[in-house]
Amino acid sequence: MPAVRGDGMRGLAVFISDIRNCKSKEAEVKRINKELANIRSKFKGDKTLDGYQKKKYVCKLLFIFLLGHDIDFGHMEAVNLLSSNKYTEKQIGYLFISVLVNTNSDLIKLIVQSIKNDLGSRNPVHVNLALQCIANIGSKEMADAFGSDIPKLLVSGETMDVVKQSAALCLLRLFRTTQEIIPGGEWTSRIIHLLNDQHMGVVTAACSLIEALVKKNPDEYKGCVSLAVSRLSRIVTASYTDLQDYTYYFVPAPWLSVKLLRLLQHYPPPDDPGVRGRLNECLDTILNKAQEPPKSKKVQHSNAKNAVLFEAISIIIHSDSEPNLLVRACNQLGQFLSHRETNLRYLALETMCLLATSEFSHEAVKKHQETVINALKTERDVSVRQRAVDLLYAMCDRSNAEEIVQEMLNYLETADYSIREEMVLKVAILAEKYAQDYTWYVDVILNLIRIAGDYVSEEVWYRVIQIVVNREDVQGYAAKTVFEALQAPACHENMVKVGGYILGEFGNLIAGDTRSAPAVQFQLLHSKYHLCSAATRALLLTTYIKFINLFPEIKSQIQDVLKSNSNLRSSDAELQQRASEYLHLSVTTTTDVLATVLEEMPPFTEKESSILAVLKKKSGRMSAQEAQREARVQAREGNAAPATEKAQNAQLKTKPSSNAAFPIPQLNNSTSADLLGLSTPPATQNSIQSNTGVLVDVLGDLYGGGGTNTHNGTTTPASLSMSGATDNIKKFVCKNNGVLYENDIIQIGIKSEFRQNLGRIGVFYGNKTSMPLQAFNPTVSVGPGQQGKVTVQVKPVEPSIDAGAQVQQLVNCECIEDFNGLPDLTVGFTYGNVPQRLALHLPLSCNKFFEPTDMNGESFFARWKNLSGPLQEAQKIFKATGPMETASIKTKLLGFGMQLLEGIDPNPENFVCAAIIHTRTQQIGCLLRLEPNRQAEMYRLTIRASKESTAQILADLLAEQF
Amino acid sequence: MMQFMLLFSRQGKLRLQKWYEAHPDKVKKKITRELISTILARKPKMSSFLEWKDLKIVYKRYASLYFCCAIEQQDNELLTLEVIHRYVELLDKYFGSVCELDIIFNFEKAYFMLDELMVGGEVCETSKKNVLKAIAAQDLLQEDEAVEGALREIGLY
Repeated sequence: MPAVRGDGMRGLAVFISDIRNCKSKEAEVKRINKELANIRSKFKGDKTLDGYQKKKYVCKLLFIFLLGHDIDFGHMEAVNLLSSNKYTEKQIGYLFISVLVNTNSDLIKLIVQSIKNDLGSRNPVHVNLALQCIANIGSKEMADAFGSDIPKLLVSGETMDVVKQSAALCLLRLFRTTQEIIPGGEWTSRIIHLLNDQHMGVVTAACSLIEALVKKNPDEYKGCVSLAVSRLSRIVTASYTDLQDYTYYFVPAPWLSVKLLRLLQHYPPPDDPGVRGRLNECLDTILNKAQEPPKSKKVQHSNAKNAVLFEAISIIIHSDSEPNLLVRACNQLGQFLSHRETNLRYLALETMCLLATSEFSHEAVKKHQETVINALKTERDVSVRQRAVDLLYAMCDRSNAEEIVQEMLNYLETADYSIREEMVLKVAILAEKYAQDYTWYVDVILNLIRIAGDYVSEEVWYRVIQIVVNREDVQGYAAKTVFEALQAPACHENMVKVGGYILGEFGNLIAGDTRSAPAVQFQLLHSKYHLCSAATRALLLTTYIKFINLFPEIKSQIQDVLKSNSNLRSSDAELQQRASEYLHLSVTTTTDVLATVLEEMPPFTEKESSILAVLKKKSGRMSAQEAQREARVQAREGNAAPATEKAQNAQLKTKPSSNAAFPIPQLNNSTSADLLGLSTPPATQNSIQSNTGVLVDVLGDLYGGGGTNTHNGTTTPASLSMSGATDNIKKFVCKNNGVLYENDIIQIGIKSEFRQNLGRIGVFYGNKTSMPLQAFNPTVSVGPGQQGKVTVQVKPVEPSIDAGAQVQQLVNCECIEDFNGLPDLTVGFTYGNVPQRLALHLPLSCNKFFEPTDMNGESFFARWKNLSGPLQEAQKIFKATGPMETASIKTKLLGFGMQLLEGIDPNPENFVCAAIIHTRTQQIGCLLRLEPNRQAEMYRLTIRASKESTAQILADLLAEQF
Repeated sequence: MMQFMLLFSRQGKLRLQKWYEAHPDKVKKKITRELISTILARKPKMSSFLEWKDLKIVYKRYASLYFCCAIEQQDNELLTLEVIHRYVELLDKYFGSVCELDIIFNFEKAYFMLDELMVGGEVCETSKKNVLKAIAAQDLLQEDEAVEGALREIGLY
């Protein structure tokens, strides 16, 4: 047993030794349980324990906790220790509380008074204990209780330096939970002037605080810039003996230097030429020092020195205004690329990614391309190779794209599994972005599928098809290349998908060559058919029917396949349906109809490559850094962007309306729907029914109603619109299509579809009267609950609707984060010269972005337990307003958008569901449990969601539905 | 800001944990488990940094103990390595060639030392001299109290 320092609690040391001597886990648990029982009885016993004993037992509890056991008592004894007049007892009390107490514990209320006493103590050691404890808990209660005391401590002339240091950081911690805690006004300058303090420790601590304040309110703290620059200048030019103990391995005050440099990164380069010059001198000196021979061989010396260097480079990149410094920084990092320290190589690769985005240093970075490619091949650490991939991605431009993409493809063959998927996405993005010749792009993507087919996500192969469909010049080449790729005896299923789709559309372009004659194409595809999954087979069936249109000569061959038992009687409903419908289509329709139905796909509309979004989602690293990088890249390539946008707009116009009213093209559409991921294959049948259903619904009501309600023009329309109006908005929480609103003049129907975080809502306005509706102007606006959380783009509509006519308005929306309530839909028009205004809501609620998620009982309960934060759960108990039928409850829950998980809840009466909400920024996992109580005619609804606030929003939405 | 610091042994036993951001115990345990197994699986020549969710992990091994810190995106990795080193130096100076056992038996001291070095996840005092001075002052109080306790026991106080 090693010596125990200080007063040593013998009992504690004995206990620790006992535990260490335990031969097995069981023995350890037994010993711990015995001790817990002992402590519990001591705490409960009649005999009052003295401070020493309390301290000892609390310490034992702490030790048991640190071993990984749960501790559910002893908190009160620890709280008692806080008010002990003995420092050692007090200190253990504080330790227990800071290790074991979470922010939202009830205990916090009990300790506030003790902390207050210690804060006011004359003994700085006590004050520091209190400050450290507040900083550790850092909750809102702490901010409320001490928000006024701590700033005073910080700037008071009487406060000792050690206390000031803790006070500054304590205030910073509270500021992070409660921003209002920092008093403004004269305090600002007093806090800023801490940068001038004599004591280096105080400046270091204050600098962290000021950095956080600056982030929130740069203008108010602008005064700190010149102070920070002069402080930095003094440190940088100091010799290592000047700063005594604040020199770390011959580097003067590295922590403070880094803090100051970080602080300055929140501002643009200083306006004052003097300050600016001084800052640049500092940066220059730091870069110079990097070239000097090291003053010590110790790694601590080089780490501290380089820590400052990297921070200096970071500010150089951030200001992006001194070409000379940028290039020097780049050269310095270039040296690090081949340094023997892995850490430096890692950081150099990472930092160079940012340099690559500056126009001044982009070219300088490119000089190191060889080294970086070499790193990709030779680095032994996967995290370093990952950085190399990132850098290649960042330094890629038109001039080197072919080479970089080729190198990444080469590397992909042997790349670590953990980074393959991200690499595939990156290659796909680069190939698309820098393709001068789309045949190259097609080659790259097909290579990707060949090399790493398993890691090619849907987005990637959807994208290549979108591009081929939209670009006539590449279609022939694509058909030829996929045809060749499919010759390989073993080719990846993704290749079959791409091949099937492309040949189905453009197989005719290569059919002239006897080697790829129609029958050969068909045979080739069909030779893969039996090895493929149902989804791919479904796609191939669509290719086959398209072949019937393209190549009538092989019609009978294809019909034989469609007729075969394995298709026509497939156990898979989707395959069966496709086979039988395609067969009938080919038998019964004329060639003209067939040609219309199976026409070439219209060009796709697309705002930005969805692959980029996937990549951003994939890596957390992409988030902040990448945002900056993307912004810069876009600025750098500013000219290119509008051009592509124009092209997209053009596509928009050429795209025919997909509002086809007869069911057969729906089949055709369903493949396009697959491509866009709008529906999974088994849903086809439903989608046919619901889509056509709505059309009939909207139109049927319209014309049916129009016949009976003939208005006489003298009635005041305003009152008319009030009477007999029905607003169905509530029902739309659990459905996507139907009549939203109807009165005697107008019927408003909704047809909407959602995919991931995007949605498209078609709003149909039907004029039920025999007069035109004039000055027709529907507008959509987001309310405070949705501001910034959901975007809504509304296509304009004609300003009038003829009598009995219907117009459609498209609304595109995107969910950025979870939101509350519904956007407003205001419909204004004049009917018979009387202006009308309908204040409605757009049926766009947060649950629309649900994706149902299937899981088994085990993982459901594991997730359920994981989401145990107080704000992650929302519960509502409410009275049933309708009959409590199982079938209708299920319909509502499905309509709400969640996956109904059957047989999971031990009580069969209950319902449990799971789904993910897709937003631009994150995915929110949501779990639901609904418990009906038929006797009481009540429901209890519990929702848990991975994001706080979401559960409440969902519970509010759903509770009104029953 | 540092989010947390973990000390664990080569056998994967957690020796010290300090959390600067509140999490439920379950989450803490999960994070700890994940990180310990990730880091123990890494080879000696690998870099001391890794990406983990949206945090950066900086770790270093001293004899049988791993020191592992989680910092935020904008924090400086190299300097975090030196925070670890400074902490090790402090422990070493205080215990006299510190070993894992010292930290097991005197875990509370290890905590007190860390609290002087870091407050609220930020570096508070980087001077070795000043930290040791503060700890010595604590020990002095402790000894006074011990003497006082002993005197009281024999009725002399």
